[in-house]
Amino acid sequence: MWRGGSPPRPHSSNAGEKMTSTTTDQIGASGDGIMRAADGTPLKRSLARALRREKLRSFLLILPLLAFITLTFLMPIADMLFRSVENGIVQETIPRTVVALKDWDASSGELPSEEVFAAFQQDFTEAFKNKTHTRLGLRLNYDEPGMSGLFRKSGRKATQLEPPYREGFIDIDQDWGKLETWRVIKRASPSLTDGYFLAAVDAERTSDGLQMKPEKERIYLYLFWRTMFLSIVITVSCLLLGYPIAYLLANLPLRTSNLLMILVLLPFWTSLLVRTSAWKVLLQQQGVVNDTLVWLGIIDTTSRLELINNQTGTIIAMTHILLPFMILPLFSVMKTISPSYVRAAKSLGANDWTAFWRVYFPQTVPGIGAGAILVFILSIGYYITPELVGGTSGIFISNRIAYHISTSLNWGLAAALGTILLGLVLLLFYVYDKIVGIDNVKLG
Amino acid sequence: MKLKLLLLAATASFAATGAAFTEDLPACDNCADSMTVVSWGGAYQNSQVKAYSDPYSEMTGTKFIYDESSNEAVAKLRAMNEAGNITWDLVDVEGPDAVRLCDEGLAMEVDVDEILAKAPDGTPPSEDFGDSLISPCFIPQIVFSTTFGYRTDVEAWNGATPTSMCDIFDTEKFPGKRALEKRPKKNIEWALICDGVAKADLYDVMETDEGIDRALAKLDTIKDDVIWWSAGADTPQLLADGEIVMGSTYNGRLFSVIAEQNQPVAMLWDYQVFDFDGWIIPTGLPEDRLNRVKNFLYFATDTQRLADQAKYISYGPARASSAPLVGKHAELGIEMGPHMPTDPSNMKNFIVNNIDWWSSYSDDVDAKFQAWLAR
Repeated sequence: MWRGGSPPRPHSSNAGEKMTSTTTDQIGASGDGIMRAADGTPLKRSLARALRREKLRSFLLILPLLAFITLTFLMPIADMLFRSVENGIVQETIPRTVVALKDWDASSGELPSEEVFAAFQQDFTEAFKNKTHTRLGLRLNYDEPGMSGLFRKSGRKATQLEPPYREGFIDIDQDWGKLETWRVIKRASPSLTDGYFLAAVDAERTSDGLQMKPEKERIYLYLFWRTMFLSIVITVSCLLLGYPIAYLLANLPLRTSNLLMILVLLPFWTSLLVRTSAWKVLLQQQGVVNDTLVWLGIIDTTSRLELINNQTGTIIAMTHILLPFMILPLFSVMKTISPSYVRAAKSLGANDWTAFWRVYFPQTVPGIGAGAILVFILSIGYYITPELVGGTSGIFISNRIAYHISTSLNWGLAAALGTILLGLVLLLFYVYDKIVGIDNVKLG
Repeated sequence: MKLKLLLLAATASFAATGAAFTEDLPACDNCADSMTVVSWGGAYQNSQVKAYSDPYSEMTGTKFIYDESSNEAVAKLRAMNEAGNITWDLVDVEGPDAVRLCDEGLAMEVDVDEILAKAPDGTPPSEDFGDSLISPCFIPQIVFSTTFGYRTDVEAWNGATPTSMCDIFDTEKFPGKRALEKRPKKNIEWALICDGVAKADLYDVMETDEGIDRALAKLDTIKDDVIWWSAGADTPQLLADGEIVMGSTYNGRLFSVIAEQNQPVAMLWDYQVFDFDGWIIPTGLPEDRLNRVKNFLYFATDTQRLADQAKYISYGPARASSAPLVGKHAELGIEMGPHMPTDPSNMKNFIVNNIDWWSSYSDDVDAKFQAWLAR
C-alpha cells in the first residue's frame, strides 16, 4: 500500500525523514516501505534507541561490580604480569654507567675504560646514599650468582674511592676486574628484559648467546608437564568416581537422594586444610589405612604402602577435594534428562548398555564438559594440597610460583611462570572450545 | 594446688623483675599507645608475650597486637612498602631475612648502642651482642639451632643409638625414614661434612659446581628414605607418630616433644647449625610509632628480659650477659641450661649459618636442589 504516486525507493534515512510528517498516524509499512513506530520514527531506529537505553541501564547496573573487579582484580594482575618483563632498576640506579657502557664492546676481551668506572663510582655513591645499591645487587644476582654479595661488600668503600677508579674497584674486590661482571651489567641494562621468561622455560642468555640451562638445573618445563599430567589424571578419576554418584543422586527417590546430596556437600563445606590434614592421618605409613591393611593381614608390617608425600598422595587428596565440582554439574544436567528416553530406547529393543551408551550418555556430555573443565582448571593452579601431601614428586608449578613470591622473592620469575600458566589455561580453553564447543557446557 | 603454686611463682617473679626495672625504663614522649608485632606464633610467640610484652604492657599500658606472619614477612613488607602503607611496627625475623630486608631498604638501620640498654656491668650492647649483630638493621634476640632428633625405641636398630650426625646417612645400621628440610641450606653442608670435607673448606667446596654435585650425590644415597619437610612442626609430628626414626628441625621444637610431651625422642646435637633470630623495624614508620617501638625494644632486649624468655622455650639468649641468668623452665621446673643449643656440652661440633654465602648463591643452588628433588 503505497501512499502517493512516488515509486518505492530503496531504504535510506533521508527518505525516511522526509516522509515522517506525513505518516504520523500510521503504524506499519509506510509508503516508502519503512516500518514505523506510533510516533512516526522508523521502527528500526526506535528499536535501536530502546535497546541502547536498555543496554545503558544494564551497564549502569553492573558498573559497580565492573569497577570493583577492574580495580581489585584486573589491574593488580596486569601489574603483576608486567613484572615478568619489567627491568627499570638498572637504568634507574646506575644511569651514567649504562650510558658509558654503550660504547664498550663486551666481546673485546678488555675491561671497560676508566670512564665507565668513574661513571660507576658516581652512580654507586648516589645509590649507596639512597640505599639502593644492594637492591640492584639482588637483581643482578638472578643473572650471576655472587653479585649481591659483591654489591653489599663494596658498600661504603666504593663511595670513598679516589681516581684511578678501575684499580680502586679491583682493590676492593677482584670480581670488579672480571669481564663477566661487566657483561652481566651490560646485558641487564635495557629497561625491558626477557630474562625471566627464559628462566621460566629453563633457558638463559650467556656470553655465548641463548641456550638451555645445564640438564641438572632444568626444572620448570618438567614441572609444567607434571602439572598438566597430574591434572588430567585427577580430572579423569573425578569423572570415574563422580559419574555413578551423580546418576544415583539424579535418579533415586527424593528422600534418599537428599541424604546422598548432604554427604556430597558436607565435605565440600569443610575447610580445605582440615580435609588435607585428615588425609595425612589416613594415608601415612603408621596411618589408618595401612594399620587396617596390616590388621587384615593383606600386607606385612615391614612393607607398608607409601600413600602420601608422593604423587599418589596428591592424586588421592585432590580427587577427593575436587569431586563435588564434578558431581554437581553432572547432577544438574542428569536431573533434566527425562527417563522416558531410556524407556523408549528399551521399548524399541535396546539392551541396558545400548540404551545407556547411545541414548543416556550423549545427553550427559554437557555436564561432563562442565565438570571436567572446572576440575581441570582448578587443579592446574592448585597449591596448598600438593604442598602438604605431595612430598617432592607430587608438587605442582604453583608451588614453585609460591616459593618465588614468598621465599626467594624473585617476583619477576614468579610473574613469568604465572603468565605462562595463564596462557596455557587460555590455550587449553580455546582447544576445548574447538573440540567440545563451549556452548555445550552446562552448569545447570 | 600445683597450678596455684605455679601461678603464684610466676606472678612473684614478674612482680620482682618488673619492679626492678621500672625506674630504668626511660619515659616515652610522643608515643603511640598500641603496637603491631609480627612473630612466628606457637610456643615461640608465647614466650615473647610472657617475657616481653605482658610485663611491658603492665608498666606502660601499651596495647599489643600480634600478627603471626613472620614466615612471609619479607614478601609482605615489600608489598606494604610498594603500597606505601606500613601496618607493622616491629617484625621478628631470622637472620637471613633481616639481611635481605636491609639490602632492599625495607628495614631501618639502627645503632644498638644508642637505642638499647647496657648490660648490668655497663658493657655496651654492641659488645654484649657480639657476633649476633649480623646486619646493621638487626636487633638479635635468640640463638637457635637446627639439629637432629631420633626415636629411642626403634627395634630395628638393636639397641644402637646414633651418636654422630653422619649416622643420618647410615641406613644399614639405622634403617627407617628420615626427615630433612625441603631446602638445600644445611642439607648441603651436612652431606659434604659426611662425605669427608673439612668444616673450614666447606664454603670453598660449595662454591664450585662439583661441590654441589658431590653433596647431591651423597644425599642420593638416602633419597628414598627421606620425607622432606617444609614447616618446622612437621618433624616433631612425624617423630611422635613414628613415621620417621630421625629428622632435622629447630631445637626448641624437639625440646617440646621431649620435655613437654614426653615422647621417646632424644636430641643429637652433633653438627647443629646455629642461626640468629631477632627484631627489625620497618622503614618509614611515623614518629610516634617509632618512639614506641624504640621504648619497647630498650625494655625487651635488656639482659634480664632475654634471660626470661629462656624460661619458656629452649632458645639461647643472644646477649652474652644473659647466659648466667638463664634459670628453670617456668612450668616444668627443669633446669634450662643443658637444653640450650649454646651449652658447651652441646657445642662440640657445630656450624654457623653462613648468611653471606647463601644470600649470593641460594638461587642457583636451590634450582639445582629442586631439579634434583624432582627427579
